[in-house]
Amino acid sequence: MDPQVLMQTLGKGVPTSWYLALSAVLFTIGVAGFILRRNIITVFMCIELMLNAVNLSFIAFAHEHRQVSGHLFTFFVMVVAAAEAAVGLAIILTVFKNRSTLNIDEIDSLKN
Amino acid sequence: MLANGISSSFVPSNLEMLRFAPELILSVAGTLLMVLDPFFGEGKKSPKIFGHISIVAFLLAIFGAVEANTVAGPAFSNLLIVDGFATYFRVLVLVIGVFAVLSSYLYLDREAADTCEYHALLLFSVAGQCLMVSSNDLIMIFIGLEISSIASYVLAGYLRNDRRNNESALKYFLLGSFATGFLLYGVSIVYGVTGTTKLDEIRTFLAAPGVPTGYVALAAALMIVGLGFKVSGAPFQVWAPDVYQGAPAPVSAFMATAPKAAAFAIFLRIFVTDFDKIGSSWEPLIWISALLSMTIGNFAALTQTNIKRMLAYSSIAHAGYLLVALAARSEIGTAAAMFYLAAYALMNIGAFAVVIHICGKGEKNVLISDLAGLGQKQPLTAGLLTVFVLSLIGVPLTGGFFGKFYIFRSALESHLVWLAILGLLNSAVAAYYYLRLLVVMYMHEPGEATESLEPLSPGLGLALALPAVGTFVLGVAPGAVLALATAGAALTK
Repeated sequence: MDPQVLMQTLGKGVPTSWYLALSAVLFTIGVAGFILRRNIITVFMCIELMLNAVNLSFIAFAHEHRQVSGHLFTFFVMVVAAAEAAVGLAIILTVFKNRSTLNIDEIDSLKN
Repeated sequence: MLANGISSSFVPSNLEMLRFAPELILSVAGTLLMVLDPFFGEGKKSPKIFGHISIVAFLLAIFGAVEANTVAGPAFSNLLIVDGFATYFRVLVLVIGVFAVLSSYLYLDREAADTCEYHALLLFSVAGQCLMVSSNDLIMIFIGLEISSIASYVLAGYLRNDRRNNESALKYFLLGSFATGFLLYGVSIVYGVTGTTKLDEIRTFLAAPGVPTGYVALAAALMIVGLGFKVSGAPFQVWAPDVYQGAPAPVSAFMATAPKAAAFAIFLRIFVTDFDKIGSSWEPLIWISALLSMTIGNFAALTQTNIKRMLAYSSIAHAGYLLVALAARSEIGTAAAMFYLAAYALMNIGAFAVVIHICGKGEKNVLISDLAGLGQKQPLTAGLLTVFVLSLIGVPLTGGFFGKFYIFRSALESHLVWLAILGLLNSAVAAYYYLRLLVVMYMHEPGEATESLEPLSPGLGLALALPAVGTFVLGVAPGAVLALATAGAALTK
């Protein structure tokens, strides 16, 4: 992009579409990490990244619509994510206690 | 006061509280259980009192749900909507809750597990499902879904020192949260396009001519991924066999029925009403998912030796049949799915109850071969399992038959001829592995597992007999339930 055009655009504030693009990129990184990473904690962090990407898009849309409800949804998502983290980390802890591993490929005792 | 008994201030009116009664009763009961734990928890290892309290709570909540339906309407600034559809599913998940408690008494006693937390989590999970099915707002649906899911994650790993439980809980948690991320991203795009998350307002927005629907179609696709995980429809079914196999048997019975029914309820509510206008863009996805679920579920079930794992694959196949009804995109299809979910819940709970009966301490006997000679040793239990197996196959005079019949009829009426034919062929494949259970049960000599089997306990007996009666009633006189489903399926379009 031409530096002058860039400065003009930024002068009006960062456009909403940039936030949405960032949110989409973060979400994709989260999904890719979930599929590719092998450490359970990292996988869990990737899920949190996905939820935060959603939060960012909620905020961007709320700004675009000039509404407060989008901001409220973010709080709901954050509360739910916190509850999920509490339960999830407890589950991960019991798994570690019984198996002494956090590698997702080694947790494969359930099969036919 | 505004019309419909809605409060105009922040304080909800009495009518709104009544419409919210089932969720209220369940959450109060769940909290009460945890308060009572120190008083009754001492002494005995797994007191039954908490189970009794939660059965009373479930029955009260069923009464509340029926009462709420007499004053049907919206509540809490239109976040909730009580209609025939919501009431049908509320009663369904509450009934499943009763059966889940009944089938847990013996199991928890055998494992000397803590009963208070278990029943409290069950109550919270069902409260979340009730909230989901009566939501009129995508964010409320998300919150209900998470209340239900987070409680189920803990339940799946309830026996903390059991390695299988750990693994089941971990997989359920990771894939469940992953799916939630997709659902939520879909919700945020819908919000971005329409500026609202209320289902009726989204409907109004999309109904206007000339609205760009490309992004809504993208949101629909993301939500299909999220909900597809929750209902274990292919290609998002990979977690189901491991989770159902590893979780405690009564929890598997619960997870295979109640959360699935609630997830299908919101699937139907969102897709056949709000997203009906862009139906041509998502129908092929559901079509493919339905076919894959039926085929993968049935063919993978053929080779299983573990009963719980086999039932998990069979539940994937049943999710496929239900997706056929969703692909039909009609009122008849919705009613058929609703009827099928009731029949499916009864027969699945019953089949899992037999597993709970024979599995023994530490779930040693969960192989199909452990059923050997059950017909000779305990003819009554074997007879009840036969009813459920016949219903799972879809033999006439059982609920499963009419469920499949209505689903395939709705598919034909919506001109999904190939899907109906492939579905019927799949049902024929399914008959093979279900019949294998009957062969082992009646034609093999009793083995170690059946020789040392205790008589049927009263709680488990009820959890077997009542679903069997229900399955039979649905198969002989489906009219009453079908009428309720049809009335509920008349969702506002």
